[in-house]
Amino acid sequence: MKTIVGLEIHVQLSTATKLFCGCSTDYRDDEPNTHCCPVCLGLPGALPRINRKAVEYGLKVAKALDMKVPEESEFARKNYFYPDLPKAYQITQYDKPLAVEGTVEIEDDEGHEKIVRITRVHLEEDPGRLVHVAGGSKYSLVDYNRSGIPLLEIVTEPDMRSPQEARRFLNKLRTILEYLSVFDGEREGGLRVDANISLEGSERVEVKNISSYKGVEKALTFEVTRQKNLLRRGQKVTRETRHFMEGRGITTSARSKEEEHDYRYFPEPDLRPLRVADRVAAIDLPELPVARKNRFMAQYGISLNHARTLTGDPKLADFYEAVAHVDPVLAATWVADTLLGELNYRDMGIAAVPAERIVELLELLKSKTITDTAGVQVLREMLDACAAGKPCEPPAVIVEREGLARATGDEFTQVVEKVVTANPQAVEDYRTGKKGALNFLVGQVMKETRGRADPRELGRIVSEYIDTGGV
Amino acid sequence: MITESDIEHIAELADIGISKDEVPEFTTQFNAILDYFEVLDTVEGESAPDAGAVNVFRDDEPRPSLSQEEVLASAGSTENGFIKAPRVM
Amino acid sequence: MAGTLEFSPDDRYNAFITTCSTAPFTDGALAGTAVAVKDNISTKGIQTTCGSKILEGYVPPYDAYVVELLRQAGAAIVGKTNMDEFGMGTTTETSAFGPTKNPVDPERVPGGSSGGSAAAVAAGLVPMALGTDTGGSIRCPAAFCGIAGLKPTYGRVSRYGLIAYANSLEQIGPMARTVEDVSRLMSVIARYDPRDSTMLDRPYDHRPSAEIKGLRVGIPEEYFGEGVDPRVGERVRDAIGVLEGLGAETVPVSIPGMRHALAAYYVICTSEASSNLARFDGVRYGPAVDTRKSWHEAYQDLRQEMFGTEVRRRIMLGTFALSAGYAGRYYAKAQIARRNIREDFERAFRDADVIAGPTMPTVAFRLGEKSDPLSMYLSDILTVPANLAGIPAISVPCGKVDGLPVGLQLMGRQFEDERVVDAAYAYEQEVRA
Repeated sequence: MKTIVGLEIHVQLSTATKLFCGCSTDYRDDEPNTHCCPVCLGLPGALPRINRKAVEYGLKVAKALDMKVPEESEFARKNYFYPDLPKAYQITQYDKPLAVEGTVEIEDDEGHEKIVRITRVHLEEDPGRLVHVAGGSKYSLVDYNRSGIPLLEIVTEPDMRSPQEARRFLNKLRTILEYLSVFDGEREGGLRVDANISLEGSERVEVKNISSYKGVEKALTFEVTRQKNLLRRGQKVTRETRHFMEGRGITTSARSKEEEHDYRYFPEPDLRPLRVADRVAAIDLPELPVARKNRFMAQYGISLNHARTLTGDPKLADFYEAVAHVDPVLAATWVADTLLGELNYRDMGIAAVPAERIVELLELLKSKTITDTAGVQVLREMLDACAAGKPCEPPAVIVEREGLARATGDEFTQVVEKVVTANPQAVEDYRTGKKGALNFLVGQVMKETRGRADPRELGRIVSEYIDTGGV
Repeated sequence: MITESDIEHIAELADIGISKDEVPEFTTQFNAILDYFEVLDTVEGESAPDAGAVNVFRDDEPRPSLSQEEVLASAGSTENGFIKAPRVM
Repeated sequence: MAGTLEFSPDDRYNAFITTCSTAPFTDGALAGTAVAVKDNISTKGIQTTCGSKILEGYVPPYDAYVVELLRQAGAAIVGKTNMDEFGMGTTTETSAFGPTKNPVDPERVPGGSSGGSAAAVAAGLVPMALGTDTGGSIRCPAAFCGIAGLKPTYGRVSRYGLIAYANSLEQIGPMARTVEDVSRLMSVIARYDPRDSTMLDRPYDHRPSAEIKGLRVGIPEEYFGEGVDPRVGERVRDAIGVLEGLGAETVPVSIPGMRHALAAYYVICTSEASSNLARFDGVRYGPAVDTRKSWHEAYQDLRQEMFGTEVRRRIMLGTFALSAGYAGRYYAKAQIARRNIREDFERAFRDADVIAGPTMPTVAFRLGEKSDPLSMYLSDILTVPANLAGIPAISVPCGKVDGLPVGLQLMGRQFEDERVVDAAYAYEQEVRA
């Protein structure tokens, strides 16, 4: 049974000021109601003014998604009553949005490239933030700091076919937005998603207010299961709006009154229309993820998988390019596979790692001064220190201190001799063709040399030693 | 023709309270006014963008905000810097 | 030159909602002049109610731009004047603070919605006042009280700080006993404000001139038709005769779109108002909403208690006109009608430089006389076209009928407020002589 998914994404643009007033957008760590003015508070008599930068950011996104920008667009009022909406209308765009008809390329579930169409992109203001007081109290608390923050709403066609595709789409979109420097992924709540999902032939369900990428996949997976179960039981899927409960990983039915809204849209009389189609040509886009990925493969000779991983985050891509000169393929493996894993494990970002340290590490590895295993150990020690706020030591210092320099030939022979002597059964197993036996012996040698010996080389040395009757 | 039930529905939509005894009079007056508005059915022409200024923008430069005290000064009731509002059930 | 003005007026006509017993002033073009401000214009530190209970006690934390300009010009802001609630009315009878009486005849209405400002000037309590005009709210009370009042070109005076009723129609404008004072006050308030995106940078700084030889005065047949008291029509024709005597020529013009004007006006203004007035939820300002009730219940109860009947009626009309299934029939059609009227005026202004007619179809009615909303709306028929077209329009007194003042209305091309003022000035100076 085919799953059909469409998404509506709200992105907070990283402008310095709000969409219609000069209050600063840097409100996150501040006290409530400290980033407000008559305009974003909706005081009687206050008037909105359009932030030019927000429009420029919107056009940048439109161009990056290959969209058409109509000759004229305008703002409209969406009228409804809610405590977090100070004017009792939201200034948004209705039938004349900023841009329409674009595309984003993603990977489908079979690994093939597919297109997700973007229906439209438009600007609107964020409402304030409601805080519900615990303990079943009758009132809510409102903080208007967020009121008026510029949002870009991005609406897709129902082109996705699974929760995983939706997640991949979101990751791709987020990456593009970060590349364009119009969105700060670090800001909490900066990207919110509403998803529309149906099973082919059944009614559509809207899931609102998902605020993390993982949440989208979870919510949709839950929905697919829920809807399939309903149909299996011979019941119908009701067309409704549901809320995603992030903590419990489930969706619950919202009050149906929300669907009855008549927003009575009309053009915002306090603002003048936009005619900005002619500004698109002059917009200089930075190198976008797909282009960068292709360039990485061509320029550095690295694999598609590595290129994809490295360009998935612009900061990671920048980091890679800062260290690739040592040896691009080596660097790709170490940054994309090893470093990234170690960072994730420690909940650290790439910004915490000085590029020179990794350059030094790569040089030690390339010159075979240390083995891969030792390299991992050095990296872990270095990152542990970084994470604890201590300075990131140069790898050479760690190698020296821990004595991790690669073991030389003589040292090997001694240890190999010792291990072979101590493990006659294993030697016997090896001689009778049991392949695992060699690995066991090699492992013992590595233990003794504390990883300073290269396992592949060791395998050769040990087997040579035994074969040539060293025992 | 707008009925009394329509009037009640419009009041709901507008989130305006009207009392039961106001409904009949509101309904009569509403209908008289809408009858008068019928003349708009004879308006000819298509809608067109009005010629006027376009692209009226503001620079992305931060300006001072009101202080928290100023924001809270007019509010009915506040708590810990937040403004109290009735809860949506 | 700076100081404080003491202000304790005998406000027997109930022109004021708030008075400032001591009003500071500084140096400037209006140094020491007492100016009254209509109570829908935000004044920092002074209560601003829009004539409504829902804003009783509301003290704005900021000044409207026109108030900043008044202060900079040295004016003494002596009080906030009474008005129809939120500007919705033609008689100042819908104010939550009691009606204002017409100083010429206290049994009659002063006109609306800027009735308080007109009465304050007419009674000699202040020489100048600010009013606002959405569908005639400056010109109507000016006509009924026998003073001068100008509705500027839309976009010439900043609306920043004006508590909105109908954003695409309204303007703040000057009211005074003489056209010269109207022009002086206009020169102070008509300055560009980037905070109002609907403004154009066309400051007004003009000394009226009585030289109108060769001025072409258009006479629209629609302004003298049925519904206009013939005696009012006569006074206005006499006034036009005076202009001819000064060298002006008359030419017949026509505004065919007039037949749709009133309906278009009421659809547009109620639609915008229904949206503008939704923000009064008692949360951030105004009388506190009951936070023990649920949101919708609390909000509806507040609006039932605090909004008068006319306001609630107009909010419902506007909500209806914008609602799904009806917006195409009402709101969309009204906008087309509006554009047609604008084009009618543009066409007329090829043959005429100003257009003249009565301001109101009758003289002032008695208090309580007009109780039916529709018949009240119909009295706006001669004033709303200028708001729909965004053109300047002035009312200047031109004689009396039954002892009650009649207003001569002069309208001009967009941004030709100066020419309209000159024509009014020329007439005024001639009849005073």
